[in-house]
Amino acid sequence: MLDAAVAERGAWGRSWGRLRRSRSAALAAAVLAAIAVLAALGPMWSAFPYDKLDWQHIAVPPLVSAHWLGTDRLGRDLYVRTLYGVRLSLVIGLTATAVSVLIGVAWGATAGFLGGRVDGVMMRIVDVLNSLPYLFLVIALTTLFGRGNPYVLFAAIGAVGWITMARIVRGQALSLRHRLFIEAAVASGASTPRIVLKHVVPNVLGPVVVYAALTVPQMILFESFLSFLGLGVQEPLASLGSLIRDGAEQMSSAPWLLVVPASVLVTLLLACNFLGDGLRDALDPRHE
Amino acid sequence: MLGYALRRSAAIIPALFLIVTVSFFVIRLAPGGPFDTEQGLPPQIKANLEAAYGLDRPLIAQYGRYLEGLLHGQLGPSLRMRDVSVSELIARGFPVSATLGAAAVVVALLTGIPLGIAAALRQHSLLDHLATACAVLGLALPSFVVGPWLALLFGVDLHWFAVAGWQLDAAHLVLPVATLALPVAAYIARLMRGSLLEILRADFVRTARAKGLPETQVILRHALRPALAPVVSYLGPAVAAIVTGSLVVESVFALPGTGRYLVEGAIDRDYPLVMGMVIVYGALTLAANLAADLVYGWLDPRVRHA
Repeated sequence: MLDAAVAERGAWGRSWGRLRRSRSAALAAAVLAAIAVLAALGPMWSAFPYDKLDWQHIAVPPLVSAHWLGTDRLGRDLYVRTLYGVRLSLVIGLTATAVSVLIGVAWGATAGFLGGRVDGVMMRIVDVLNSLPYLFLVIALTTLFGRGNPYVLFAAIGAVGWITMARIVRGQALSLRHRLFIEAAVASGASTPRIVLKHVVPNVLGPVVVYAALTVPQMILFESFLSFLGLGVQEPLASLGSLIRDGAEQMSSAPWLLVVPASVLVTLLLACNFLGDGLRDALDPRHE
Repeated sequence: MLGYALRRSAAIIPALFLIVTVSFFVIRLAPGGPFDTEQGLPPQIKANLEAAYGLDRPLIAQYGRYLEGLLHGQLGPSLRMRDVSVSELIARGFPVSATLGAAAVVVALLTGIPLGIAAALRQHSLLDHLATACAVLGLALPSFVVGPWLALLFGVDLHWFAVAGWQLDAAHLVLPVATLALPVAAYIARLMRGSLLEILRADFVRTARAKGLPETQVILRHALRPALAPVVSYLGPAVAAIVTGSLVVESVFALPGTGRYLVEGAIDRDYPLVMGMVIVYGALTLAANLAADLVYGWLDPRVRHA
């Protein structure tokens, strides 16, 4: 038990070292941290709230007035609105990933550990769910149950992500089943939930962390996609997707309304992806 | 092989049945109905309308009636657009969406495969690094960012192509097709590069070289076919990606495809319209996955199924 704990820390420690040595991952982490801090504190530094209409400054370009990044056609401050959008994206990305990790790990670990007929039934369900055109169900769901209700959005987006996670975890758990420490736990009379929680789950964490990191940008992208279609958050709230949609409508007269939120979204997604790739390289040295 | 194809095709039917059933009941769980307008209809008229469309009957009876209609190939009337059936709406929009989607798949294959091959044959060259960078960018840029940007640059500023509207000419097709094809082409290029690099190290390629075949023969006759397998198996998901993208592209470039029916239908609680769209796209996704699996077996005899 003690030896296993030490070896465990050793493996995680080595991974941490590899991650810190990767330049692109370090840069991505720094960019992400900067974006998160800016999203958390940035709106406070501006004199304008996100929903205040400023009729004196309608569709002002960036850098010419007290509105640092300009305003939209209702005179709302683009800097503050973009940062609110980033807040929403980060919260959705993390919450939805947490939901999909929770369901996916529980499902996959149980199926993989129990094996046999239970595993067959559980994975069959996953296969069927996987063949459904999810996007359409999610669109229908979010539209029908509450356009703009963020909780429905979280749940709907999170419910899509867990399937791949369940498959990854199940594959790992399946190979753990016959390892000695699991057999020892079974022999010592530990209950099934305890074995799954204390022995199976900790040992599949590596791939889970990697896939979770790569899920965050997917979730952010998905929320923005729904908001772009007008199915996500509703006015006067802003998400990066809804800002891009407004910007695209007025791109010939006020291009900054498109360029600012689109650049922020792309930076955010690239940083998430590079950090995820860095994590994968760090946690799985075989993968080049 | 034939037996496998038949069995897989048959499996589409229960999957579709499941999609229909789940969607039918989930859609009805939502609050509101198709005749809840902003002004509010007089209750008597609303009740009459609901009776006319059979919406006053028990849900299970409506479900039975819907399934019966489906067996006769009927998707029902649209509840919000007067005097139009869902089939007519789909028949109007589908040619536009299908043209866009097919063009995007062809463009993505014609750019992604050669780019991936070139990058693999000149590994670590400038071309390879450029192709990899393009692939990373193409994957990270969402279509709802790329579309408006392309429209801004090539439509509004340069006036090369049309910004919106549907006509079957280059000016109207280039930007939407490019937007749709970009992420797919990027992914194909990455897959192609990876798999060709791996195949080129395989024993049978060394044998082909050892018996003195020229390098072009080695690649065209021996390496290419197995290297294409991952690309082919990606085509199923690719069709799903293109269908998703087409929702965005049709909205950005104001194209009269089917994408908007799903969104509008859901907002309007136009139950038959939403069901029709879910069925069409569900069948399309399932068929694409099946086709990809079958071609995969043909390309790589080792996975051929009994």
